[in-house]
Amino acid sequence: MTAPDSTTTIDLVARFPDFVTADARPGFSGFIVKKENLVEVATTLRDEFGFDLLSNVTGVDYLADNKMEVVYHLHRTTGGPGLVIKVQVERVDPVEVPSLIDVWAGADFQEREAWDLMGIKFIGHPDLRRILMWEGFEGHPLRKDYKEAFFEEEVKPFKSRWPDGKHTYAEFKNPFRDNLKFPEGFDPDKYAPQSEDDLYFSLERSSMKKEEGDLNTDHIVVNMGPHHPSTHGVLRVAVELDGETITSLKPVMGYLHRNHDKIGERNTYLQIIPYTDRLDYFNSMANNFGYVTTVEKLMNIPVAERAEYIRVIMAELSRVQNHLIFIGMLINDLGSMYTPSLYAFEERELILDIFEAVSGARMMCNYFRFGGVVRDIPEDAMQKIKDLVFDRLQAKTDEMERFLNENEVLVARLQGVHVLNAEEAIHHSVTGPVLRAAGVPYDLRRADPYSVYDRFDFDVAVRYNGDMYDNYLIRFDEIRQSLRILEQALKQIPEGPINSQKPQYQVRVPAGEAYGRIESPKGELGFYVVSNGKPNPYRYHVRAPSFVNLTAVETMCKGVKIADFVALLAMLDIVMGEVDR
Amino acid sequence: MYGKGILKGLGVTLKRFIDTYLDDISWWMQGKKRYYTTEGVAHRSSKNTRGIFTVQYPEEQLIQPEEFRYIPFLIHDGDDKKDIRCTSCGICAKVCPPQCIWIVRTNDPQTGKPVPQPAEFYIDMDICMNCGFCAEYCPFDAIKMDHDFAIASYERNVYNLEKLLKPASYYAEIRPLNYNKEEEARKAKEAAKAAKASAAATATPAA
Amino acid sequence: MEENKYEGLNLPNYNIPEDIQNVVSITTLDRLYNWGRRWSVWPLMFGLACCAIEMIAAQTARYDMARFGMEVMRPTPRQADMMLVSGTVTKKMLPSIIRLYNQMPEPKYVVAMGACASSGGPFKEGYNVVAGIDKFLPVDVYIPGCPPTPQALIAGMIKLQEKIDKQSIKKVRWYEKGKVDSNYVPMPILGPDLIDVRRNAEYKEAAAKKEGVA
Repeated sequence: MTAPDSTTTIDLVARFPDFVTADARPGFSGFIVKKENLVEVATTLRDEFGFDLLSNVTGVDYLADNKMEVVYHLHRTTGGPGLVIKVQVERVDPVEVPSLIDVWAGADFQEREAWDLMGIKFIGHPDLRRILMWEGFEGHPLRKDYKEAFFEEEVKPFKSRWPDGKHTYAEFKNPFRDNLKFPEGFDPDKYAPQSEDDLYFSLERSSMKKEEGDLNTDHIVVNMGPHHPSTHGVLRVAVELDGETITSLKPVMGYLHRNHDKIGERNTYLQIIPYTDRLDYFNSMANNFGYVTTVEKLMNIPVAERAEYIRVIMAELSRVQNHLIFIGMLINDLGSMYTPSLYAFEERELILDIFEAVSGARMMCNYFRFGGVVRDIPEDAMQKIKDLVFDRLQAKTDEMERFLNENEVLVARLQGVHVLNAEEAIHHSVTGPVLRAAGVPYDLRRADPYSVYDRFDFDVAVRYNGDMYDNYLIRFDEIRQSLRILEQALKQIPEGPINSQKPQYQVRVPAGEAYGRIESPKGELGFYVVSNGKPNPYRYHVRAPSFVNLTAVETMCKGVKIADFVALLAMLDIVMGEVDR
Repeated sequence: MYGKGILKGLGVTLKRFIDTYLDDISWWMQGKKRYYTTEGVAHRSSKNTRGIFTVQYPEEQLIQPEEFRYIPFLIHDGDDKKDIRCTSCGICAKVCPPQCIWIVRTNDPQTGKPVPQPAEFYIDMDICMNCGFCAEYCPFDAIKMDHDFAIASYERNVYNLEKLLKPASYYAEIRPLNYNKEEEARKAKEAAKAAKASAAATATPAA
Repeated sequence: MEENKYEGLNLPNYNIPEDIQNVVSITTLDRLYNWGRRWSVWPLMFGLACCAIEMIAAQTARYDMARFGMEVMRPTPRQADMMLVSGTVTKKMLPSIIRLYNQMPEPKYVVAMGACASSGGPFKEGYNVVAGIDKFLPVDVYIPGCPPTPQALIAGMIKLQEKIDKQSIKKVRWYEKGKVDSNYVPMPILGPDLIDVRRNAEYKEAAAKKEGVA
């Protein structure tokens, strides 16, 4: 499990001896590809070697070596370990790398993010605008030489806190008394803010055929959000409409961009754990899980046996409540305010009670540590978990199904509305229930087992129609499977220590890189961490399932009615904390 | 039949509605009070809850588990706020993820050497992310997470030493299990120390 | 509840005969106004981040804010009385928040829920985070916590009700003479960084002195 998960079987150097070299840095793996041949290598990998899923694209800024690196993590939807390819370019502006959007459409938003935050220009990308920040923002924040207005020190802990830590607001250290900085000679009176024309031009304006005698009509552009009751948080979508039919749309995000990566690179490894809670705030346990798995891979340490089971129990409970909320919120979006979501929230509250009892907080659990978990499950909480799993959740899921599944209005709204088919979903790097509802049995708990998932007997939920009704039903299937895993885990859980390591607030992480991924309720949640042996990660990147799944939203929604769009968006089950990070 | 699914769903809603009154009646028959009692709240948070689910804060409150954490506080032994457990070692300030803890260490006015006592201690409650690391990694059991959540105010909250200090008895009250465990560990440590000291005392005259 | 004296519409110390208590009330205009306000604070249906989920949870069956007359979440600012800033305020989102606030009719209250809305919280150091919504809007109640539990949120709402109780029509910020404009906050502009148009002169001065430049 802890071995580097790439380059296991494929010898890419033998295939392309002229422009591929193995990454020989200690602790690193994968292949370095010449940028001129990137597209060729990528196409070969997809077509010949079967790496059909582009998991992750991100950049690393090696300031000292004057290099920028773009890292691609590839996987097969048939399962198994992944492959890493990298492109290294000189760090001179503009940093240019060919775009892979034609090979994998899933590269779209991830490349835009790398452009926005790292300033890497992807040549051939048709719509390379900023994605998380706004057009006109000064600088590329994830570059190592970018300093924020409230910049204090390169890494935490800050020296001003102890031993002579007089409290001051960060504002008082900034000349503007605020979180602001401006380029030299900036004159606000003469500044004209950039218009959003680029966004609107990026909408595919389909020319309307007009014949003699036709009414003079035109497409209109509607902005939904960022304050919109059903875009699941502060997402904005620019929609072009022909009557009520969507002809083109672009999501606009970044309204909740909280600089997770940048803050993460300043934090120590331990300090990142509570920040991961705030990624997908419905599933803090799953986020913890993904992050600690990745760092454990880097540190190469074992996990206490009992802790593995506790982790699985927590992650599965969190999946159950996430899917229940999904169902409640979906019905909310379809126009039935409240009742189903109130029922869903009841069960969620009971599950959150358990989280509160074991970790101390309802939502932001901060429960996992490297090598195990914080504390053992208290006895009364253990009893409560058993009560819920064996006696209640099953019955309540049945009740929910009885309540909704046959409802004629619901069925009429959901059945036959196409979401994605398998090719489209894989091409756009969509993972999670949406991919499985399109007939691809790709579940990381099976495809690339982590933790102790290989010890449980469960089925990967799959449905084949790929319409909204299947997407809705698959959530119930997954709840059932989660309950199955929970039942087995609760019966098998061994006694013993809950952490293989001593509690320590500063962990030693050897230099190297690791990409860890887990099956979060929303899809493949990946963490890419580069360590240089210091107490803080050199590069820390989150591959958020909600963010990557959004890539497919344009394909999903073209040609559907605007009323269905809200429901289709609900299908992706996005959480803005994770989309914008 | 068209509409059957809707009727089925409505049946579920009706059942939930009736459940409340069934429970009301059965509690009444047993002569127990269902509302405004700890027993009632505990029942409503258990696996057997059905029907009404509301816990009417502030008249009744959810039962907080021992591990519940909200904001940190500092512990002092005894009644006055002089015997502070904190030694200003700074581990909490170092481990704090959003760096919201500020500590000024006391220096002995004569020698200028540090004294294990904080001179000033601030926590910016508007930055604190309630993660509980400070309490988890404190080697002296000096900082703990509070259960009190009703702390909304009309201005920003920066807590100083005065506001942060709470007696050990309060801690024992909100976290009895942890408190007892820590006290036992401390007593064992002191006993070991005393045993060592007495062993040393008996050993010295012989030498 | 007896200890909550402010809840009633009647002024204390006036004894109304029991048989007409249901029909007659002796009160002041302020008290009538506040009584109406405090029991019908309609929040804007507006969530920003993690805190929004706890806000939703507070609306659901277990906590049920309807008991305080706060269940009517209005998606449009035109019908809302209270803006519950529930989560991290980013620079990119700020213009929209200010616009929503400007569109709300008086009386309007702002509650900063959680650490992020109060001061930027754990994300304060970030380049895209506004260090507290109170830099732009007049905040009535700050609720610490990350996120505040639903009960803590309700405790904050009770605090807001207490504040409303003590208000006087003459002195509230939206009726006070000469202060009408304080309800309108000029829209900030997204430039190289967030530009608060009220402070343009300051920025210019700092730029001239080459302070805080990139």
